[in-house]
Amino acid sequence: MLDVSSHDVLLVGGGGAGLRAAIAISEADAGLSVAIVSKVYPMRSHTVSAEGGAAGVIHPDDSLEEHIYDTISGGDWLCDQDAVETFVKEAPEELLRLEHWGCPWSRQEDGHIAVRPFGGMKKTRTWFAADKTGFHLLHTLFQTSLKFSAITRYDEYFVTRLLINDGCVQGVVAIELATGRIQAIIAKAVILCTGGCGRVFRFTTNASIKTGDGMALAYRAGAPLKDMEFVQYHPTGLPFTGILITEAARAEGGYLLNKEGYRYLQDYNLGTPQPKPVLRSMELGPRDRLSQAFVKEQEQGRTSEGLYGPVVYLDLRHLGEKVINARLPFVRELCLKYENIDPVKELIPVRPVVHYMMGGVHTDLNGATPLKGLYAAGEVACVSINGANRLGSNSLPELLVFGARAGRAAAAFAAGQQAPNRRQILAQALDEETRLHDQFLQKSGGRERISTLRDEMQTTMEKGAGIYRRGDLLTHTAGKLIELQERLGSVTLYDRSHVFNTELVSALELSFMLDVAECITHAALQRTESRGAHQRTDFPARNDERFLAHSLVYRQTDGRPRTEYLPVTITRWPPGERVYGR
Amino acid sequence: MADRITLKVTRYDPGRDHEPGFQTYEVPLRKDWVVLDALNYVKDKVDGSLSFRWSCRMGICGSCGMMVNGEPKLTCATFVSEYMPGPVSVEPLKHFPILRDLIVDISDFLEKLTKVKPWLIREEERRVVDGEYLQTPEQADTFRQFSMCINCLLCYAACPVYGLDPLFTGPAAIALAQRYNTDSRDQGTNERLDILSQHDGIWGCTFVGDCTRVCPKHVDPAGAIQQYKLTAAKEWIKSLLMPWGGR
Ligand SMILES: Cc1cc2nc3c(=O)[nH]c(=O)nc-3n(C[C@H](O)[C@H](O)[C@H](O)COP(=O)(O)OP(=O)(O)OC[C@H]3O[C@@H](n4cnc5c(N)ncnc54)[C@H](O)[C@@H]3O)c2cc1C
Ligand code: SF4
Ligand code: FES
Repeated sequence: MLDVSSHDVLLVGGGGAGLRAAIAISEADAGLSVAIVSKVYPMRSHTVSAEGGAAGVIHPDDSLEEHIYDTISGGDWLCDQDAVETFVKEAPEELLRLEHWGCPWSRQEDGHIAVRPFGGMKKTRTWFAADKTGFHLLHTLFQTSLKFSAITRYDEYFVTRLLINDGCVQGVVAIELATGRIQAIIAKAVILCTGGCGRVFRFTTNASIKTGDGMALAYRAGAPLKDMEFVQYHPTGLPFTGILITEAARAEGGYLLNKEGYRYLQDYNLGTPQPKPVLRSMELGPRDRLSQAFVKEQEQGRTSEGLYGPVVYLDLRHLGEKVINARLPFVRELCLKYENIDPVKELIPVRPVVHYMMGGVHTDLNGATPLKGLYAAGEVACVSINGANRLGSNSLPELLVFGARAGRAAAAFAAGQQAPNRRQILAQALDEETRLHDQFLQKSGGRERISTLRDEMQTTMEKGAGIYRRGDLLTHTAGKLIELQERLGSVTLYDRSHVFNTELVSALELSFMLDVAECITHAALQRTESRGAHQRTDFPARNDERFLAHSLVYRQTDGRPRTEYLPVTITRWPPGERVYGR
Repeated sequence: MADRITLKVTRYDPGRDHEPGFQTYEVPLRKDWVVLDALNYVKDKVDGSLSFRWSCRMGICGSCGMMVNGEPKLTCATFVSEYMPGPVSVEPLKHFPILRDLIVDISDFLEKLTKVKPWLIREEERRVVDGEYLQTPEQADTFRQFSMCINCLLCYAACPVYGLDPLFTGPAAIALAQRYNTDSRDQGTNERLDILSQHDGIWGCTFVGDCTRVCPKHVDPAGAIQQYKLTAAKEWIKSLLMPWGGR
């Protein structure tokens, strides 16, 4: 039996972006009813694992202009410059607002906020809360959200589809995991805040819940996905678990060494080794360049062969136990607890791991997508401020700035809307209920295992759409993904229970991921140039004439992707060369 | 090292089973595998219907708490090899209603958390343009420990008082109340005190300290409860001496 409820604004996702948006709506108009629908309890969302910090200009010797320039040049001129300007201007006030809500930002002796250096940022402007910045940010937002009685939470509800009426998004269908009940949740506006999609790849820092659900939901509903070919690798993840060793470890003075103990980054046009860390040089160069250097070292046989493939080493030993304990306690804890390595005494084996999705649902400065009534914010969205490569510590402030903006815009939109036509909407919800039963819960006879398909997807993505890409390999990956889409039809669930059917959730997530993987591959194949995180060995140069443009991937009626291009907004900063370490 | 180990895992599907039972699985024993890796091995390769919560696999999201050999543990931070030669029992967190297999109903905690008002309370809110509230590192240190709670609820599973009296606010929620009470920016202690004193479960806590012992984040909820009791006792005496409202 289908259950129905309705609200003014509905958020899919209760991570940093979702919670910030929910609070913004309640503050904008306390009379609006807000719903947060989340597949995990909000404080479990992936924002919780961000370590390093959040960028926002506060130092007198820093300026908005410089943060803007770092972001645009770091993004290899694919950022929309009006969006970056808005973002940089609003980031400091958002971070301050969080302080007013109790966020325990690290402080200077005099009681003012402390900031630290961060990769790709020329000035010191990264706010941090020890090395648990995302954790504190998320819990502060979650706890603050508890004071607003207009916010209704649907904890552990899994959204399977957007409801559309008359070209307007008017709610979602969700499964209440605890009971298996399928519910239509109607709303005048919907904001997607579902985070990224790192799980499409094998080696990733992303939690198991980061499966690109919101991207696929929007794509299936007809909204375009923007710049999906830009997938950021983080140069230093632990090989088995994908656990990230934060950039802060290098900002505090850590070295990257190849198997000969040599600081190999000096061979890749990233500056010369200095005993103390230098901003934007060597180990503090941009992430994409560091990850690419790893592949080159590997090709030259200068990486070590670990249990899970090739690795290089992060060396913190010269910092000494005192500095490590004081400045990087979490890094030490992670190494000890999860890989049984003590960075005080030993080298840490690391490798590049997929970390962040620059691309996402196409939105404007207010989070609005081309579909009426549909908004997006956070990692699921592409505004775009990250261009071809996100700078570390820009995404936490991004989800605050654009979470708040999307919240306010959706609130204003919802206030002017009539209540949705229930009958039309319910027909679609019933359709979805039938699909879930037919395709998964009552089907028998298939032979495919979810984990097998997932492994094959991750392998083919790593091969074709990894750090370096090539036309023929991408084409092969695209073909393989179509095959996997077909085989998804023969997946059989062992689990037929209604209560907490996590296998059903895995199947639905896999199907979302396959759509997202197809979009990434298609956009990567079409972009015959190299820019930021997208590196084509068959097209090694940047090509501004053709590709100073965002890709927009649309779903065609046959289910396959089609790519169009949209010019980048350039206001005051004409494209230049990306130069580091000089 | 042996190359396999046996897991004894709670299974329960309310639609089918009258009560929870056990199922055993043999899994590879690997040096770098935590209990959660072993469960995922079962789910991916052996029995897709086994249900449990997890997400970050790095001890920060708080999803994966279970009883491992009778002790509340984060399964992503507990190596299987610690339990050699096995078998290892894996059960849902104690003191919470079981929903399915290893998943428990934690809605009671969410309600309690909301009740203690875990947000910054100010008589007058500062405007953002006026900048941050000043707070020295020493002032921040007073509440830092309590702010580290990941809501994993291992402490509730260890708490004998919560086991007997489900109305007890419990260790993590009290620690989070203290987190704000001891924050130099906050002015809401009295409001929270009223709420915490409404039910007298807290006086039942005899400072056994099991909550603090099992806490993976060194939050020291037992310490928070002691601190809170002290403040509450002082306020109570004050209210006897000054019944017209000494606050
Ligand atoms: C290890 C790590 C470290 C990082 N460190 C930093 C850093 O130092 N600085 C920085 O700026 N950035 C950092 N990042 C990036 C940043 O943390 C993320 O981009 C950001 O937190 C994403 O937040 P979000 O709110 O968009 O999504 P998330 O926090 O991922 O939240 C997604 C929400 O959507 C919900 N959801 C998803 N799908 C569904 C569905 N189908 N139905 C219902 N609900 C759904 C989930 O339950 C969840 O609540 C880091 C990322 C990682 C992986
Ligand atoms: S106090 Fe410790 S054990 Fe209790 S919920 Fe918080 S982190 Fe977990
Ligand atoms: S999986 Fe996140 S705490 Fe264990």
